Amino acid sequence: MTDADLAPTVQMPAVQAATATGTHGLETRAVSAWFGERKVLDRVSLTMPAGQVTALIGPSGCGKSTYLRLLNRMHEMVRGAGLAGEVLLDGDDVYAPGRLPASVRRRIGMVFQRPNPFPAMSIYDNVASGLKLAGIKVTHQERDELVETSLVRAGLWTEVRDRLKTPGGALSGGQQQRLCIARSLAVSPDVLLMDEPCSALDPTSTRRVEETIELLRGRLTIVIVTHNMQQAQRVSQRCAFFLASHDTPGRVVESGPTEQLFDSPRDERTSDYVNGRFG
Amino acid sequence: MAPGEAAEDRPRRIVAPVTPADRLFRSGLRAAGMSVFVIMGLVALFLLLRGLQALRVAGGSFFTQTAWKPGSFGVASVLPDGVMIAVVALLIAVPVSLTTAVFISEYAPLWLRSFLISLVDLMAAIPSIVYGLWGLVFLQPNIVGLVRWMALHLGGFLPFLHVPEADIPSSYTSSTFIAGVVVSLMITPYITSLSREVMSQAPRGEREGAYALGSTRWGMVRSVVLPYSRGGIVGAVMIGFGRAMGETIAVALIISPNFSVTWHVLQNGANSIPSLIALRFGESDDLGLSALMAAGLVLFALTLGVNVLASTIISRSRTGAATAD
Repeated sequence: MTDADLAPTVQMPAVQAATATGTHGLETRAVSAWFGERKVLDRVSLTMPAGQVTALIGPSGCGKSTYLRLLNRMHEMVRGAGLAGEVLLDGDDVYAPGRLPASVRRRIGMVFQRPNPFPAMSIYDNVASGLKLAGIKVTHQERDELVETSLVRAGLWTEVRDRLKTPGGALSGGQQQRLCIARSLAVSPDVLLMDEPCSALDPTSTRRVEETIELLRGRLTIVIVTHNMQQAQRVSQRCAFFLASHDTPGRVVESGPTEQLFDSPRDERTSDYVNGRFG
Repeated sequence: MAPGEAAEDRPRRIVAPVTPADRLFRSGLRAAGMSVFVIMGLVALFLLLRGLQALRVAGGSFFTQTAWKPGSFGVASVLPDGVMIAVVALLIAVPVSLTTAVFISEYAPLWLRSFLISLVDLMAAIPSIVYGLWGLVFLQPNIVGLVRWMALHLGGFLPFLHVPEADIPSSYTSSTFIAGVVVSLMITPYITSLSREVMSQAPRGEREGAYALGSTRWGMVRSVVLPYSRGGIVGAVMIGFGRAMGETIAVALIISPNFSVTWHVLQNGANSIPSLIALRFGESDDLGLSALMAAGLVLFALTLGVNVLASTIISRSRTGAATAD
């Protein structure tokens, strides 16, 4: 298969699927979070519509990364972590008793701030690793195709197609991050969480990752934490502004369509933050 | 030459001055570092000089002669017999140690983790004579039943478990196997402790990456922790092997020395170089003593070789080398 063959099949559905069913929305109801005695999030209720990109913005320490991590139950892996409220995927609480964290994470993938490919594995095995870890059985041919489509969607295929057997740790930082995106996509998640995915990358790699997000929009629901206001404006349709002060835990000051948040914010603090007056 | 350009485009001599205090400190450290080589060298030299007399008398037969009596001695049975004790010890200790290490580093709750870590360290601190006495007085009488069962039921198709004189109860005691079991207890804390240390250093980013893909804990251990610690585990096992080869008093207490290569590990009679030295040291004449020194040299060379190999493997792996944080 050549790139020319692939390009239309990859990009077309991405545009159409923005309105398609089959994507899955995420919603939180009055979610609070603690680390030990310290409360870091206060009753956050947000809707992250299916197939759209929601950006979480706010100054450091406002709880947006904690919020992101509790969406796919990574939060509970920190010692002393506590939680109140509900996280709903398609209306079902991901914290419902009897629901396995692993099964939640299989549907809600995550890309981290620091690229974290498995360094000893080849590029191919990195992308396929999720299948093995999640216990998904596929044939050889299906796996080859899945690896290729995942790498195409992550915008990495043309750069690595000739060296799929080389170690993933040998790629550049930006390529590693796109490899991690491809790895997450290979298990076909419904939601992809991105925790400052570009903060360790140079501008060119950042642009590639943003293009990847644009390509994925509509196929899956994306929630991205970013410190970069321009990035939030470029990639997201909806936006939530988090804020915490010295003695109060983080809460959402304002949320809504990205344009509205940036062009006509209702709250003065939002206006100050998005215009770079603090934070 | 353009104006403002430096006169010569050649690498300059870069000098970083060293202060007297710095120089003194460095030479102190260097002396301490060098002393390791000096001590190792002196030990080897001592063994070589003292063993030379016996090596001259025995010649090449030192490596082919199985017996050990005045005038006719060699390591051809004590060396392989000692290796077999070590192999038995490793066969038991490696699975026990690795599963324990995985449990402590990945599964145990925090309070149990620190408790187990100190318990394992404590286990390493028990003197070998205590292990030996325990093995002789408690373990041996109690394990004979199991040994007998293995010999009778498995000895038929696994030749090394065969015991020739099966009717005599004493055939099952003082064997390579029982010595190996005791030695396995002694090396288990080392292998556990070293491999647990390495496992707990597996990068958090990669662990989270595996979990975020929907991995179970075991899946994460298999795809992240074990590949990361492979080099360290190999090193730990080899260090365990070295210690097993060198174990003296516990082995000497349990075995009844035997100077033919014993392939039947359950059978009465075993040997190893350290226990040979310990048992024969008092009663040897000049040449006999020299022969023991030569045997010690062989052991020294073997364990040194194994340890060098281990450290090479460790340093070439991710565990020892810089990690891609």
